[in-house]
Amino acid sequence: MTASPIIQPGQPPQTPPSRVVIPPPVTFEVSQLNVWFSGHQALRDINLKIPSKAVTAIIGPSGCGKSTLLRCLNRMHDMAPGARVEGRITLFGEDLYSSNVDPTVVRRRVGMVFQKSNPFPAMSIAENVTVGLRLNGVKTKSVLAERMERALRMAALWDEVKDRLRLGALRLSGGQQQRLCIARALAMEPEVLLMDEPASALDPLATGRIEELILELKEQLTLVIVTHNMQQAARISGFTAFLYLGGLVEFDLTSKIFTNPSQQQTEDYVTGRFG
Amino acid sequence: MTAETTPESNRRWRETKSALVSAACWVCALIVMTPLALVLFHLLRLGASSLDWTFFTQLPKPVGETGGGMANAIVGSFVLVGLAAAIGVPIGVLGGIYLAEYGSGRVNFMVRFAADILNGTPSIVWGIVVYALVVIPMKGASAYAGGLALGFMMIPLIIRTTEEMLTLVPQSHREAALALGIPRWKFIVHIALKTARKGILTGVLLAAARVAGETAPLLFTTPGNHFWSRSLSEPIASLPVQIYVNAIGPYDEWHRQAWAGALVLLFMALAVNVGARLITGRNNPPAIH
Repeated sequence: MTASPIIQPGQPPQTPPSRVVIPPPVTFEVSQLNVWFSGHQALRDINLKIPSKAVTAIIGPSGCGKSTLLRCLNRMHDMAPGARVEGRITLFGEDLYSSNVDPTVVRRRVGMVFQKSNPFPAMSIAENVTVGLRLNGVKTKSVLAERMERALRMAALWDEVKDRLRLGALRLSGGQQQRLCIARALAMEPEVLLMDEPASALDPLATGRIEELILELKEQLTLVIVTHNMQQAARISGFTAFLYLGGLVEFDLTSKIFTNPSQQQTEDYVTGRFG
Repeated sequence: MTAETTPESNRRWRETKSALVSAACWVCALIVMTPLALVLFHLLRLGASSLDWTFFTQLPKPVGETGGGMANAIVGSFVLVGLAAAIGVPIGVLGGIYLAEYGSGRVNFMVRFAADILNGTPSIVWGIVVYALVVIPMKGASAYAGGLALGFMMIPLIIRTTEEMLTLVPQSHREAALALGIPRWKFIVHIALKTARKGILTGVLLAAARVAGETAPLLFTTPGNHFWSRSLSEPIASLPVQIYVNAIGPYDEWHRQAWAGALVLLFMALAVNVGARLITGRNNPPAIH
């Protein structure tokens, strides 16, 4: 993960104290987070509070550590060889990296949706939605059916698939597959949903549906979304974190980041002067 | 392009080259097809006349009598392959899972290397190994010993196909399962194996077809039986061995039976291969990755 050469300003930023006052409750509290991959430092001294029941966007040029930060929030780096995570992240006050916390339990509470939709091809639409529940021991058919329908409704997919739940998941269009993945994550009834550029592989229409969906979901859970698309961040998020070269440059209300940022680097980035 | 070559002659030369290479490919394809066609034709010519209902239902007749069949050998072959699969499939699939999902660098290298060496081990060696390990201590050849020898041969074949098929399961599926809080072993059993099941099943079928035609491992371990076997701890007849015995015998009637047996064996292998292809071909979801 190195900064792309077109990025001009050279100095890794010093994280300034976050000025924005986050209204409680806070979902994640990240303090002094440092991440290395095989010796290369991907994130440095990140301090951040992510508010509950709101959309927080993480923006920044390629390689700045956006996805790395996101993946720290559900301990996805545990499996990556050579990854080292230092610092403290709490989820509703509970230390995510404490030794008595089971990472699989963390991942059930903190769902994730990826850039490329990844439904399981050998399973039907219905099976895809319930797979997380089934493989975590939920066996009651009625519970599974109910949770499946609720998740598909939340993902705004129910009306499109209710008549063909037994069909293979790959029969759906790209946008539908991504919403299926969102439904699959929602079926676990997570408290947080992390999204890593969830619409970057979709056409504008499908992107619009995902964005509507995100705005609906924030009534019920905390969303953290990595995006390359600054208009998207401006449209859907209430808070925005700007990362650059592995450091947090600025974290504030989205309206402030895009109209009156306190850092020059942020202004240069959001106005398209670099990145 | 040199100054003398006009575009026109240049084009003609390119077309000639293309035609030559195409022709060479066709010839090679024909050379590959010819032996199969010849074998099939030869077997049909010599074996088909001896193939009748009794061939599949009766025991071999004593020397001097005509008629009879290879029913015991056909059933025996199925029994032996079944025994072999009972040994080869679990060990092979679990070994493949280890290589694809758990093993790391050095151990994987050694296991893979061992599997490849075992794949190339002459089948007579398996016969001798099982002879020394099982037949001598048990004081006699048996269906068990034959099945074990064939099972040993299946293990490396199945290990490698299972590993390959599991490696083809995209990383994105692993991440998706991880992000749902699904424990690793459940991902492997319920998602990875499910995704790869057609490929693994195909590998198992092809391995079974491969060992079903083996003669050498059986010569030392279960060198035939003229009658129905009453127990797996006594020698059992099998098609390849029966063909071998008949073919080296001095009687024309035996030879005819051997040709018929070879024809049946070939068609069984053909059927498994076609079946395997149908399994992989059918219901294949469009590849969107």
